[in-house]
Amino acid sequence: MADVSTSTRGDLRLLNLTKTYGDFNAVNDLSLTIPEGSFFALLGPSGCGKTTTLRMIAGLEEPTTGSISLGTTDITYTKPYQRPINTVFQNYALFPHLTIFENIAFGLRRRGIKDVDDAVNKALALVELPHLAQRKPTQLSGGQQQRIALARAIVNRPALLLLDEPLGALDLKLRRQMQIELKWIQKEVGITFVHVTHDQEEAMTMADTIAVMNEGEIEQMGSPADLYDNPKTAFVANFLGQSNLIKGSVTGNDGANQIVDLFGQKISLQKDRSHGVDSSIYAGIRPEKFRISRLETATSGNTLTGGKVEDVSYIGVSTQYQVMMPWGQELMVFEQNDDGVAPFSVGESVNISWEPIFTFGLRGDEDAEAGTEVNPEEDPDEE
Amino acid sequence: MKKISTPYLLLLPGMGFLFTFFILPILNLAQTSTQTPIAGGDTGQYEQTLRFKNYVDAFVENKEQFGRSFLYAFLATALALAIAYPLAYAIAFKSGKLKNLLLVLVVAPFFTSFLLRTIAWKQILGEQGFVVPTLRSLHLISESTTLTSSAFAVVAGMTYNFLPFMTLPLYASIDRIDPRTLEASGDLYANGFTTFRKVTFPLSLPGVVAGTLLTFIPAAGDYVNAAILGSPQTKMIGNVIDSRFFKIVDYPTASALSFTLMAAILILVTVYIRKAGTEELV
Amino acid sequence: MRTISRWFQRNLIRIYAVLAFTYLFIPVAYTFAFSFNDGGKSNLIWKGFTLSNWQNPCGAPEVCTALGNSLKIGFLATTIATILGTMIAFAIGRHKFRGRSATNLLIFLPMATPEIVLGASLLSLFLVFKINPGFWPTVIAHVMFCISFVVVTVKARIASLDPRLEQAAMDLYANERETFRRVTLPLVAPGIAGAALLAFSLSFDDFIITNFNSGTMVTFPKFVYVSATRGIPPQANVIGSSMFILAITIVALGQFVGRKRKVS
Repeated sequence: MADVSTSTRGDLRLLNLTKTYGDFNAVNDLSLTIPEGSFFALLGPSGCGKTTTLRMIAGLEEPTTGSISLGTTDITYTKPYQRPINTVFQNYALFPHLTIFENIAFGLRRRGIKDVDDAVNKALALVELPHLAQRKPTQLSGGQQQRIALARAIVNRPALLLLDEPLGALDLKLRRQMQIELKWIQKEVGITFVHVTHDQEEAMTMADTIAVMNEGEIEQMGSPADLYDNPKTAFVANFLGQSNLIKGSVTGNDGANQIVDLFGQKISLQKDRSHGVDSSIYAGIRPEKFRISRLETATSGNTLTGGKVEDVSYIGVSTQYQVMMPWGQELMVFEQNDDGVAPFSVGESVNISWEPIFTFGLRGDEDAEAGTEVNPEEDPDEE
Repeated sequence: MKKISTPYLLLLPGMGFLFTFFILPILNLAQTSTQTPIAGGDTGQYEQTLRFKNYVDAFVENKEQFGRSFLYAFLATALALAIAYPLAYAIAFKSGKLKNLLLVLVVAPFFTSFLLRTIAWKQILGEQGFVVPTLRSLHLISESTTLTSSAFAVVAGMTYNFLPFMTLPLYASIDRIDPRTLEASGDLYANGFTTFRKVTFPLSLPGVVAGTLLTFIPAAGDYVNAAILGSPQTKMIGNVIDSRFFKIVDYPTASALSFTLMAAILILVTVYIRKAGTEELV
Repeated sequence: MRTISRWFQRNLIRIYAVLAFTYLFIPVAYTFAFSFNDGGKSNLIWKGFTLSNWQNPCGAPEVCTALGNSLKIGFLATTIATILGTMIAFAIGRHKFRGRSATNLLIFLPMATPEIVLGASLLSLFLVFKINPGFWPTVIAHVMFCISFVVVTVKARIASLDPRLEQAAMDLYANERETFRRVTLPLVAPGIAGAALLAFSLSFDDFIITNFNSGTMVTFPKFVYVSATRGIPPQANVIGSSMFILAITIVALGQFVGRKRKVS
C-alpha cells in the first residue's frame, strides 16, 4: 500500500532544479514558488523544459541537482506513488482494460479506500459524464477522455494537480470550452493546478500566474497582464502576443521618463518600464497600441514619421498593416475596425503614434528575434 | 526504478535452458563431427581424433544431395514468393473487412497436421487421385508420367508447406505501405506495373527478405517432403543426415553434414542480408 | 463485353486470391473428405461414406495413444516455454543491460537453424549423457525450439505498450509491484496468450525434431509418418480435421469476443 500523506499541503517550492541529459541541460537551475490554491501555468515553446519540470514535480523523473518541496516536506526523491500529486497526461493515459469507473477509482483503491462509489460518482458529476461509468476508454471521444483523465486525478484530492498540455489534441471550439471549464473546476475544488502549455492564449486565459520558460530557464514570471504589458526580455515580448522592437539609445531624462532616440526620432519611455542596463536599448510597443494616421492629421504622444504602407490585411475584427520606416524596419500595426474609416492603402505615407505609457524598454543586447519562431505541432515524445 | 539485478534474474532460467539444450548440443555436435569409429569396437562407439577430413569426405560423398537441397529450397522459395506476394497484396489492400478472417485462413491449414497435408498431396497427385487421370485424359501428360515420386512433387510439396511462412511477413510489410504513395505514383505518370516495380516492391523489401529467409532456411534442411513425395533420386541432405543417424549409424559423418549444412545456410543468409540491406529481423 | 473485361481487370487480384486460397485448402478438404471414407485401414481409395470413423476416433490402434502423447507434450512444453520466454521478453524489452544484443542473437539462432540440426544435436547430447530418447527428452526439445517464438511474440507486445500507462499508475499511488500486476500484466496478457497458442501449434505439429528425440514414443505426426507406408487409418484424418475445426473455432471465438467488447 502506498504511503501517502495527503495532509502534506502548502506551497510548491522548486530550488535550483537542474536536469541534465548527457551534456544537454533540459532544465537549468530553475527556482520558483507556486502558491497553494493558485492556477499556475508553465508556458514555453517545444523543448524548453517545461514538461521535464512537470515530470520532476510528479516524481516521474529524478532531478540531477536541486530540490523540490511541498510545504515543509522535501519530496525531491520520493516515489511518484508516495506524493500527494496527480497528473493529467497529454494523451490521457486512461487504462484501456478498465472501465471508466475503475479508471477513476484506481488511485482510491491503491490508497486502501474500500468504499469508492461516492467519490467516483461525485467526480463523474463534476465533469458531467455520469452515464459513461461502465464504458471503456476506447469507446469515448477525445474530449470525453480528457475529462475522465481529469476526474481520475481530481478524485484523489491531491495537494497539487499537474496538467501536461491536456487540451492539445482537442479541436479549437472544444479547447476553448474546456479552458473555461478547467478554470471553473479549479476554483470549485481549490486545488493548486500546474498547467504546462505552449499556447500563450491558453495560458493567459486560464492562469493566475504564468512562468515563461525558454531553454531550461524561466524568462519571466507574473500575472498575464504583467507579462503582456511589461515584458522584461525580447523572448517574452515576442512569445506572448507580438511586439515591435526598435533599436535605439537613451539620450536624456525628463522627470520620470527617459528620452530615447530611435534613428533620429525621439520618443519617451517611463523609467520603471525600462529594463535596459546602459544607454543601448530596444523600445518595444505592441501593434494594437499603434495608431496609424495620414501625414496631415495631428498626433499626440510618441510619434514616428516617414512610414510607408507595405501591406494591408483585413481580418474582420481588425486591419493589420505592415509599415516600412525610413530606417528599413517594418512595423506591425493592428487597427480595430471600429470607426468606419476607410483603410489605408499600399504605398500611402503615414505617421505612427501611441501613448507613451505603453512603451516598454528591453536591454540593447537582446536578440530581437527571440521567441518569434513559429511553433510547430508539439511532439509528445520530445522533452 | 527497478533494481539492476532484475534483468539477469529474469533471464537466468530461460537463457540457462537455451544454453544447456541449444548451445551445448551444437558444441557437442561439433566435437562429434571430428570423431572416428573405434577400430574393432561396436557400432556407435567413437573416439575423438580431430579428424577434420570427416568434413571433406562427407561433403564429397554427398555433394549431389547438398546441391539438390539448395536447388529445391531455392525453387520452393522462389515459387512461394511468386504465389504469396499477390496473395499478401490482396489481403493487405483489397480485402476490406475480411482482412483478419483472411489472415486466419492463410494460417488455418497449418492446424491440420503437416504430415496429413503432405500425404494428402501424395494421394491427390498419385495414381488414385483425380489430377493425374484428368491430365492424362486431356492429353496434357503422357500415360507413363507420374507426378509423385518426382522432383516436381517434392518442390511442389515444399512450396505448399512453407507458404504461410512466406505470406505472413510479406503481408506485414505490404500492409505498412501507405496507399497514398501508390496514388502519388499514379499521379506522377507511372502505370500499374511501373508503380509495382518502383514503389510497391522496394517498400515491401523487408517483408520479402524475412519471408524468403523463413522459407529457405527450413526448406534446405527439410526431408519429410522428399521422403513422402520423392524417390531415392530426389534425396536431400536432410534425408542423408536422418539415415546416418538411424539407419547407417555413423554419427561423425552425420554431425559433419549437419554442420556443413548450417554453415552453408549461415553464409548464404549473411550474404543475402548484406545485399538486401535490412538489419533488424527479430 | 467491355464491362466484363474491365471488371475482370479490376478484380484480377481478388480472383487470384480466391484461387490461392482454394489451393491452400485442397489437402485440407481432401483430408476432411476422406475422414468419412469407409476405407478400412489404408484409406487410399474412396469406398463409401460413413460416420463410423467420427463415432469411433480411437478405433485404429495407437492413434489415441499418439494423440495423447502429442497433447501432453504440447501442454507441458507450452507452459514451460511460455513462462521462460515471457521472463526473457520482459528482461530484454524493459531493461538495458550489458549483453542485450548478444542475448537477442542467441534467441534468434534457434529460429534460423534447420530443424534437423536442432534435433540431431540434441539427440547427440542425450546420448553422451546416456539418456534415452523418449517422452521427457521430447518435451525438452519442444521447449527449446518454442522459447524463441514466445520471446519474439511477447517482446512485440511489450514494445507496443504505452509507457505512460505505467507512469499514470504510479502517479495514482500504485507501487512497482502493483503497477505490474494491475496494468502491465493485463495489457501484455493477449501477447502471452498468442505466444502460448503459437507454441502449442508448433509443438503439436512438429515432426523432425520429435523424430530424433522420441525413441519408441509416438506422437501424432510421427504416427502419421510411420503409418504412411502401410496405410493411414481414417481415424487420423478425423483427428487432423478435428484439430483444424477446434483451432478455427478458438480463433473465431477470440475475434467475436474482441468485437463484442468494442461495440458494448
